[in-house]
Parts: sequence; C-alpha cells; structure tokens
Amino acid sequence: MPANHTILEMRSITKEFPGVKALSDVSMAVQAGHIHAICGENGAGKSTLMNVLSGVHPAGSYTGDIIFQGEHVQFKDIGSSEAAGIVIIHQELALIPELSITENIFLGNEPTKHGAIDWVTAKRRALELLARVGLEDNPDTQIKHIGVGKQQLVEIAKALSKSVKLLILDEPTAALNEADSQHLLDLIRGLKGKGISSIMISHKLNEIEQVADSITILRDGRTIETLNVKADGVNEDRIIRGMVGRSLESRFPDRTPHIGEVFFEVRNWNVQHPQAAERMVVKNSTITVRRGEIVGLAGLMGAGRTELAMSVFGRSYGNFISGQIFKDGEEIHLRNVSEAIEHGLAYVSEDRKALGLNLIDDIKRSIVSAKLSKISNGQVVSAPMEYELSEAYRKSLRIKTPSVDYGVRKLSGGNQQKVVLAKWMFSDPDLLILDEPTRGIDVGAKYEIYGIIQALAAQGKGVVMISSELPELLGLTDRIYTIFEGAITDCIPTDQADPEALMKSMTSAKKKVQST
Amino acid sequence: MSESTGRAGRVRAGFTDLKHIFGGGQSDVRQFGILFSLIAIIALFQWSTNGLTLSSGNLINLVSQYSYILILAIGMVMVIICGHIDLSVGSIAAFVGIVVAISMNSWHFPWPLAILFGVFVGVVIGAWQGFWVAYIGVPAFIVTLAGMLIFRGGNQVIGNANTVPVPPGFTTIGAGYLPEIGPNTGYNNLTLLLGLAIAVTVVLKEWRAIRVQVSMGSAHAPLWVSIVKVVLLDTVVLFATMLFAGGREGTSFPISGIILGVLVLAYSFITRNTIFGRHVYAVGGNRLAAELSGVKSRRVNFMVMLNMSVLSALAGMIFVARSVASGPQDGIGWELDAIAAVFIGGAAVSGGIGTVTGSIIGGLVMAVLNNGLQLEGVGADKVQIIKGMVLLIAVGVDVWNKSQGRPSIIGFLTRNRNAAAPAPAEPTRKVPRNDPPHPSRPLVPAP
Repeated sequence: MPANHTILEMRSITKEFPGVKALSDVSMAVQAGHIHAICGENGAGKSTLMNVLSGVHPAGSYTGDIIFQGEHVQFKDIGSSEAAGIVIIHQELALIPELSITENIFLGNEPTKHGAIDWVTAKRRALELLARVGLEDNPDTQIKHIGVGKQQLVEIAKALSKSVKLLILDEPTAALNEADSQHLLDLIRGLKGKGISSIMISHKLNEIEQVADSITILRDGRTIETLNVKADGVNEDRIIRGMVGRSLESRFPDRTPHIGEVFFEVRNWNVQHPQAAERMVVKNSTITVRRGEIVGLAGLMGAGRTELAMSVFGRSYGNFISGQIFKDGEEIHLRNVSEAIEHGLAYVSEDRKALGLNLIDDIKRSIVSAKLSKISNGQVVSAPMEYELSEAYRKSLRIKTPSVDYGVRKLSGGNQQKVVLAKWMFSDPDLLILDEPTRGIDVGAKYEIYGIIQALAAQGKGVVMISSELPELLGLTDRIYTIFEGAITDCIPTDQADPEALMKSMTSAKKKVQST
Repeated sequence: MSESTGRAGRVRAGFTDLKHIFGGGQSDVRQFGILFSLIAIIALFQWSTNGLTLSSGNLINLVSQYSYILILAIGMVMVIICGHIDLSVGSIAAFVGIVVAISMNSWHFPWPLAILFGVFVGVVIGAWQGFWVAYIGVPAFIVTLAGMLIFRGGNQVIGNANTVPVPPGFTTIGAGYLPEIGPNTGYNNLTLLLGLAIAVTVVLKEWRAIRVQVSMGSAHAPLWVSIVKVVLLDTVVLFATMLFAGGREGTSFPISGIILGVLVLAYSFITRNTIFGRHVYAVGGNRLAAELSGVKSRRVNFMVMLNMSVLSALAGMIFVARSVASGPQDGIGWELDAIAAVFIGGAAVSGGIGTVTGSIIGGLVMAVLNNGLQLEGVGADKVQIIKGMVLLIAVGVDVWNKSQGRPSIIGFLTRNRNAAAPAPAEPTRKVPRNDPPHPSRPLVPAP
C-alpha cells in the first residue's frame, strides 16, 4: 500500500514519569479510513499513548516521532493537536452539565460576529452536526437533561465541529447500555465511510472484534503486536492471549491457607446508580466468604466492583434496591457505615487520598479514627492509649516514619496505604474489603502489603480483594469472582483459574455462577 | 529528621524546644507565631501608652469589653473547622438579648430563669439553622446570611426598635466582678486565690504531662524547657493576678472573664479530647473519608451550628448585662470580629484546621490592638483600616510560608540558616516512588 494511506504513524514513543517508564519504544500506524483499536490491561499504557498523541503530554516530554498526514508534528497542547484534526474524547466526558448542547459543542470555539457570539449560526450548525450523529434532541437542551449515550454523541458532534480527521475514543461505551453502544459503534463506522479515521480504546473485546480493522496490543508499556482483523482471523481469545501473556513471578510471600466455614454472604444484591435511576450498577450479585479466605473480585474498571463493595459497606454508594447480607448464619442490616463497622466490616477504598485518609491529620489520629470508642472512656479519648496502640501498629506494619505524630501527607503512597490498613485493622473487623490495595504503590511496598493481607487471613478474618491486576489476584487469592456490567459472571478457585478464562468472564456476560 | 548536626541543626533544634514551651505541636505552629505577635503588640502599646495598657483599670476593661467576642470565637472556630462559616452570630446575640430583656421587663421573669430562657432560645435558633445546613444541605454561608437578616429584623420587631433596660441582678454576668471577701489586704482576695490556683494548676499540669510522656516513651522536650515554660507562665499569671486584684475599689476580675475562662477550658477539652471533637476535625478535613469511617457528618454539622447559636445567645446576654439594656444596634459586626479572630488564630478556610486556644489568642490580638489604638486616641475609622491590614497580613504571611514549604513563622525565621546548611532539604525524597502520574489511571510498573 502506498505510504499516503497511513494517516498516523507513531514511532518509538518512550514516555517516563518519575520512577515509572510508562511507554517504552511503542510504535503504531493507523491507516486512513480505518478504525484502529488499542487493547491492553489497565495500566498497559493505552491512555498515556493517547495523551502523547493528543498533546496532553506535550512534545519534549517524551521521545519518539509522530507523523500525521505525512508530516512530523509536535503538539504542545490539546489545542494544537485539535488544530491539526486530532480530537480525543475522554472516558470521563468533558461536557458542562449546566450548558446547552449548542453551547457545549462550540465551547472555546464559538462562532462570532462583530466580536459577539453569533447564536443563530451556532444553532444552525449545531442542528447540522446533530443530524450527522443521529441525535434529534433540541440543541437548547441542557446537557444534564440528556442521558450518557446522547452525551457521547454530543462529544462526537463537538469533534466534528472542529473538522476532525482522526478521532480518539477512550472507552466510549463503558458507561452505555447495549442499544446506545450499538448506535455509537454504528456511528463510528459511518464516520469511517466519510473518511474520518478512529482510534478506539476499549475493554469490550466483542465490540472491538465487531468494528475494528486493526488492533494494536500493548502490555507493560510496550507494543506486543499489531493484528489485522480480516487477514489474521482475530477473535477475542486471540486478543486476550496478547494482553495477558505475561508470566507470573514470585512476587508474593509464601502462604498456606487455613480456610474455615462460610461466615459471610451477600445474596442477590441489587444497587441503583445514585443519580441515574435507570442504571443498575450491581445486578443480582451473590458472593460468599469463608473464614481465613482471600477472595478476589476481578472486573474491569466500571464493572461495578467498587459499587458492590461500597454498597455492602453500609450503603455508602448508590441506592440500595434489594438483597440480603448474612454473617455467621444470621441476616444483618447495614444501613450506614457505623453499623457496618459495628458488625465487623472494613472497607479500604481504592481512592486513598479522597476517601481513605484525612491528609491534614497525623498518623496516630488517622489510625484510631474508625473506632474511637475502643480507646475512649465514655466520650473522652485517651491520648496515652491512642499513642500506645498506634505506635504498636507503626511497628508491626513497619510504617516508615520518625513518629506517629507526623502528618500522613508527608508519607509515601505505600506508607499511607499501611496507615489505612492499620486504621481498619484497628477497628477489629471480621471481613475486610480491600479495593485496589496496591494501587500506585511501588513493588517493595506491595510485597509488604501482600504479607499483611495474608496475615489477616491467617488470623481467621475474611478478605475480599478487588484488583485490576490479574497476576495479583492469581498470586494472592484462594477464589476469584469475576464481575461484568454489575453482575457476577463466574467464580473460580484460583488454582484452577487462568488469566485468559478470567479475562473472558470479565469481558462478557457468561451466566454460569457456581457459588462453591 | 536526619538533619546534619551542624550549627544550623542545633539552632533549629533550639527553636523546636522553644516551641514546646508553648505546646507548639504539629497542628498549631501558627499559634506560636501569633502568640509572639500578641506579646509584641502588648509590649509596643505598653511603651507607646506609657504603661497604660498593662494597668489594672485597662486590663479589667479589656476583659469585660471583649469577652463576648472571644466567646463567639470559641464557637466560630468549630464552625470553621467543620468547613462552614456563621454570619448570623451578631444578629442572634441581639435577638436573644432583646427577648431576654423583655422576658424580665414585661413578663417579670426572675433573672436566673431569664438566662435559662435565653439559652433555650439559642438552642431553638441553632436547631433551626443546623437543620438547614446539615439536613437540607444549604451552604452555611447562605443559611446564616438569612439568619443575619431574620434575627436582626426579629430584634427590631420584638423590641419595637427601642432600647429595653434589664434589672440589676442580671447585669452581674456582664458588669459584675469577683466580690470582696475576707480580711482587707488591699487586694481583691478572691482574685488572688483564683490566680494562685491557676499558677499551681499550671505546675501540676506540666508535671503530669511529663509523667505521661515518660511513661509512653514518646519524644519529649528536655526538662529545662518545662521549667522555663512553667516559670514564664506562672510569672505572667501572677503578674496579671496582681493587676486584676489591685484595681480600683469595687472592681476585680470580671465575672464575664470567669465565664469565658470556663468556656475556653471546656471547649479546648471537647475539641481536643472527645470523640465529638475528633469528628469535627474529621468532617472538616475530609468529609467523605470521615463518612467512610463511620462518622455521621450531618449530625456533626448540626451540633456545631447549634452550639454556635447557643454561644451567640450567651454572648448576647453578657453584652446586654454589661450595657444594662438591649438595643436594636447590638451585635452589629460581631461575626466579622469573631471570624477574624479565628483566622488570625490559625484556622484554615478549607476546614479541618484550627484550635480554640489559637482563636482566643487571635481574638486577643484584635482586642489589644483595638484597645491600644483607642488609648492612643486613634479614631474608629483608622482602627478599622489597621485591623483589616493585620488580618490580611497575618493570614498572608502564613499562606506564603506554607507555599514556601515552611509551615510556620519559625520556619520563616530559620529559613536563611537552613539555606546555608549543606544538608539536603528532604533526604526521603531521593527514594524513587512509583506514584502514578494520573490518579485515575495508575500505571503498573513492569515487575
């Protein structure tokens, strides 16, 4: 094929963040009029690569070449990549809820006449653009009054208004239902017919198989392979093999599990999205946990893992619809967080800084914060007990700090996470739900945290561990549940699990739940 | 802190010890700086007014004139720690003042009952405002702005925009002094006893603190620090005692000062040592994290707003007692004095940070400044300008210091010395960390 059919070529892109090589010698090429998919696990470097391409990471902050429409380009910000015709649509939509569709489409790019905004032209052009994306709503409608699916279409209309040549879509269907997804995919295919190429990042492999012309697979910041969908006969299994084809190393402390009886069960759990009542974020899910067992909960981002965990933890997320919780054979009702703590539950959030810690507090106050009653006489907190007990946790968890009087803000991510773990161990839980407990933590601290988790299980506590890293779940857990679109799709003993089967259950609704 | 053991290190350690003298821990470093500012301001006015500032008469006047603002600052700091603001305190004080005055004047309530009635009205108003803030979710700024209008108007409607006098018994809480008892010593005996008791308590408290620290094996300052601290504090206490006890015949330490002292002790204890106090800081520091730790943030917000109104009621009654009548212009601008005191005293606008003692010191700075300028005959117009500048500069210096990575005025003082030291600023930073560049999309380093 002649070279002018390649609209975009990225050559040997390397991008480093302090301490992390996010992309290492990544190359890819997109043919004009193609839909090019990028696949990889969470953290494989997909988003970083797209941020390099769109100028979020400006030229100079990475090495390598970008050739767009036959020319070397160096984007210094999003504005310059958009001027060249590359538009990125992020997973979290960048629309302003209070503004109308028209205002959003032309935000930052308003048509003017004599220095004032020309609303007549704007509205006329908005109508044309909406027709192109198949949206029939009144362009004066506020964004907050239309659903997520339609908001995606507005994003695309906005991209079209900038005479886009290459459209980048980051998880475009993650928040959409089946019908909206299908409409969106059809639209992308339609745009392809009009000469607009797309790069699509998606976890939904069936969609990729359906619409993509070629696929680049990234793993650990490197290009693994580029597949041509038609020529190579690509299917989901083939993609998964490329994504997870990584050997497990001994990154985990040794452990002999001592697993007891089932003592905790969440049965037929249903939860609604807190804002959008029509969206069920957890659907009829059932999980059981035994004493001394580490249970994994595997799912892709947005699959409903955190939503399930937080809604169980005293209904701290979403609108509870139905379901039961049993502990030690009896049904318990956890209407708020303090009742959940009272009944021996602990939840370590995935967002340590926003939900896990009060960053302006010191270590000792953070450690005791979830169960002050334990060190209090009536309403009065005992300072000596606070110091003594938090000091004990500092020593046993090896939190690296000169003293427990230090502020948690000054600690590294790994040590902050140990403080969070200490906080919840201090509350004497029977069941710990750990949501991405090793996110953003270096390898050494990860090993220590794995050790802590194993020690908790050895004490007879139940642990539910949510993680985006399959190797972590395979190395640490005894049993793994997979969750997809809010529903539990499978439950596999870890010694019988393999990454490909798990990835398959995490990306498709297979109804075969065995609650062993 | 692996600071190089050079001269700079020793100087810094010396400053740290010095800080311990005034209980300067991590959270209240700014209090330490503001305490020095207070001492400096007192010294300046003492000099410029030829000793009038620290005279018996002026000191007694200072306490009874500003106690109600300081009482408001106690409640305000808790509101601000929680991340709110209360603009209605002056109007509530005026409203309760008129209601209490009328209850005695027209309904012939005995004055002790009237005080209880005033507190009750404060509770009702607080529950009203707390309900809107905590359970409906209207920002406190709006709720209390509304309250400011509502209760100011309420004062004028109920009092017919007139001044209502209060009976003599009631005035004790605002204009009364510790009574004369015992032999004629030339001083007020009760004030002397009170001062002695405080001086002894200071010694005992320090002694107990040292014992606790030793038993816990926690880091504590050297013994000389404690001795210097006790000697300094007791000198100040005894000096003040002599001044208060040696005032003009019939005057001594004001009753309103006693009420203030009791409230400061009680609320310091509540904010520092109780579960509720912890919850106030937790909600203000990170509401979501607090809720996920089982804190009922709505209840905390409700209680804090309610408490503020009760203290406003108290302040209003003390003011009415002091001025022997309740009027339509009472309490105008008090909210701003109280808020200024809290911020000068080290609280953060974003919430989660602040102390009762800090706010009292901040309030004293404003009080001494006001008082000293008045003694010098500076007009009220210029006093306002100066007070405004002090507020701006006090908070400005603090914010600027924080942005320089120095948490306090002491950090500012030791700045140049540290720059000369060859030691690396923060050795721990050298360890490479894998903090993700994007929190929402962590990058997993290849094993």
